[in-house]
Amino acid sequence: MTIRTRFRGRAWTFADSIDTDMIVPGKYLTRLDPESLGEIVLEGARPEFAKEVEPGDIIVAGDNFGCGSSREHAPLGIIGAKVPVVVAENFARIFYRNAINVGLPVIEAPGVTELVSDGDEIIVDIATGTIENIKTGRAVVGTPLPPNMQRIIAAGGLVGIVRQKLGLDPAPSEEEDADVIEL
Amino acid sequence: MTFMGMTLAEKILAAKAGKDQVKPGDLVDVTVDVAMSHEACAQIEKPFEAMGAKKVWDPDKVMITLDHWVPASDEMSAAMHRKIRGFVDKWGLEKHFYDIGHHGICHQLLAEKGFCQPGRLVLGTDSHTNTGGALGAFSAGVGPTEMAAIFATGEIWLKVPQNIQVVVNGTLQDRVYSKDIILAAIKELSTSGARYKAVEFRGDGVMSLPMWQRLTLTNMTTEMGAKTGLVAADATTYNYLETLSDPHIDYKAPDRADMEKWRSDDDAIFQETLVIDGADLEPQVAAPFSPDNVHPVSEVEGVHVDQVFIGSCTNARWEDLLIAASYFEGEKVPRGTRVIVSPASTNIYNRALKEGLIETFTEAGAMFLQSTCGPCFGAQGGLLDAGEVCASTSNRNFVGRMGHREGRVYLMSPATAAASAIAGEIVDPRKVNPKKVRLRGPDGATKAHSLNKLLEVAA
Ligand code: SF4
Repeated sequence: MTIRTRFRGRAWTFADSIDTDMIVPGKYLTRLDPESLGEIVLEGARPEFAKEVEPGDIIVAGDNFGCGSSREHAPLGIIGAKVPVVVAENFARIFYRNAINVGLPVIEAPGVTELVSDGDEIIVDIATGTIENIKTGRAVVGTPLPPNMQRIIAAGGLVGIVRQKLGLDPAPSEEEDADVIEL
Repeated sequence: MTFMGMTLAEKILAAKAGKDQVKPGDLVDVTVDVAMSHEACAQIEKPFEAMGAKKVWDPDKVMITLDHWVPASDEMSAAMHRKIRGFVDKWGLEKHFYDIGHHGICHQLLAEKGFCQPGRLVLGTDSHTNTGGALGAFSAGVGPTEMAAIFATGEIWLKVPQNIQVVVNGTLQDRVYSKDIILAAIKELSTSGARYKAVEFRGDGVMSLPMWQRLTLTNMTTEMGAKTGLVAADATTYNYLETLSDPHIDYKAPDRADMEKWRSDDDAIFQETLVIDGADLEPQVAAPFSPDNVHPVSEVEGVHVDQVFIGSCTNARWEDLLIAASYFEGEKVPRGTRVIVSPASTNIYNRALKEGLIETFTEAGAMFLQSTCGPCFGAQGGLLDAGEVCASTSNRNFVGRMGHREGRVYLMSPATAAASAIAGEIVDPRKVNPKKVRLRGPDGATKAHSLNKLLEVAA
């Protein structure tokens, strides 16, 4: 099982209760591919985000990120913007599941909004749940991504898991250690 | 091993996981009884085909309708619809496919066609799938990639949620409805108060409610972040399921002998309890920009309304339209206010047409649309400009939900919305006396009926 567990990037901070209508407003729901969703993602919360975000930047949000509808457009748009991981105080349920299922790692880390200011350089470790602020040297430890979700991320999302279940792709053996790529 | 009492939510998940007992936090693999999708089906195709399944696990258990962009509002939604029709044909899902003209808002169709039944696990690609829990099912929303996995295997993993009980004591006052209960509950619990949790509604104030009102309660558990909302099965549930006017093909009403099975045990554990005094409750309104920004109607009276929307999966059932009609009867919508009414399904539309209810609205100057989600989520038909105010019977009033970011949406019951439509500003519906509602009988003769009588018969 190969999974990238450490991400370093510039933080974009967001408030509490960023709902899916702010992430992908209703008028864009006929867009289906990550790239075109990435062009407008988070328009309702920070209109400049989609234009200025750089590949590898990290989203840091408050409580209940992704509340609202079940639109998978929301995590797909974030992937389209080339954001590799999202950290929040906590997530809304369906957003959390959707993100994991399309292969976007998401980490719950209470205290992270205190730790990180907009534009700070941070390191996120999804295996330990640690968020580190390079500038201040401080860190918080959130909830590591549970093993079953790490398996889904490693398979590239739920598609990979179902292919394994249907016997179309080889499943990683139980004992095989996580083959960690750290960056 | 001694068994601990289980909540209704736990009982259903235990049964679907083939276990005697489950507890909150357990990860279980469960089998799915009903898999629902709407336009999100266009997003199921790609992951489904990538998964490599040779067939859909059980087409009899799949229901698909078009509801969000009906009829197609632009080239992209037209392409989406065409893609879905192609998917339905390719994988043999025609049996429970409701194309335009037979369609309805997905949650209403799941209920009125009998897909949601006590003890079933119902999953749909829409966050308000919670609605079906009013029928004693575990009914919840998932994303399209998860739905692709269900189409491929009939199974999914779920985490057994913690439980909150909302106990309503006492009978509601006249012209106060379940919408007012659920808004009051969201105010207390907040939009994240039930995150990942199952919310069960209990108490005499709930069990005395007819099914059309219970569906509004469970519908808006989504606005508390809940995984599902439930009401235990009782005689009301089985009566509803035994008298459906347009059940799906192959429909069989559930066996009443199972009624006792689908309720929470007396010693079941609820991690949280909210008690609401139903008898004291006044009409409630959620002001912009959050469903938990709830006030008694007296605090928002006098706000001018540019638009009134009576529709959505929350409150656009036949009975909701009757309530609204009782305020429109013989009245005119004032200049400066526009009204859009859209029933929750084609069946309801057809009935309103046949019994002459549409005229009550159009004669008052309202616009009566076919069944559509359109205005509810700002997709088509009834968007707001900056600074405009909409009184809506729907469930969300987020920034930009119905069009412009600075459009302001107030959520309320059909009674409050209809009374406000005629006043041109938000009013307490208890201050306006509802009129008799004219309906055309099978003999073609139109008669005026008292609202409360009509609601009793309907219940
Ligand atoms: S009516 Fe509104 S809330 Fe209900 S399913 Fe349609 S868009 Fe969603």
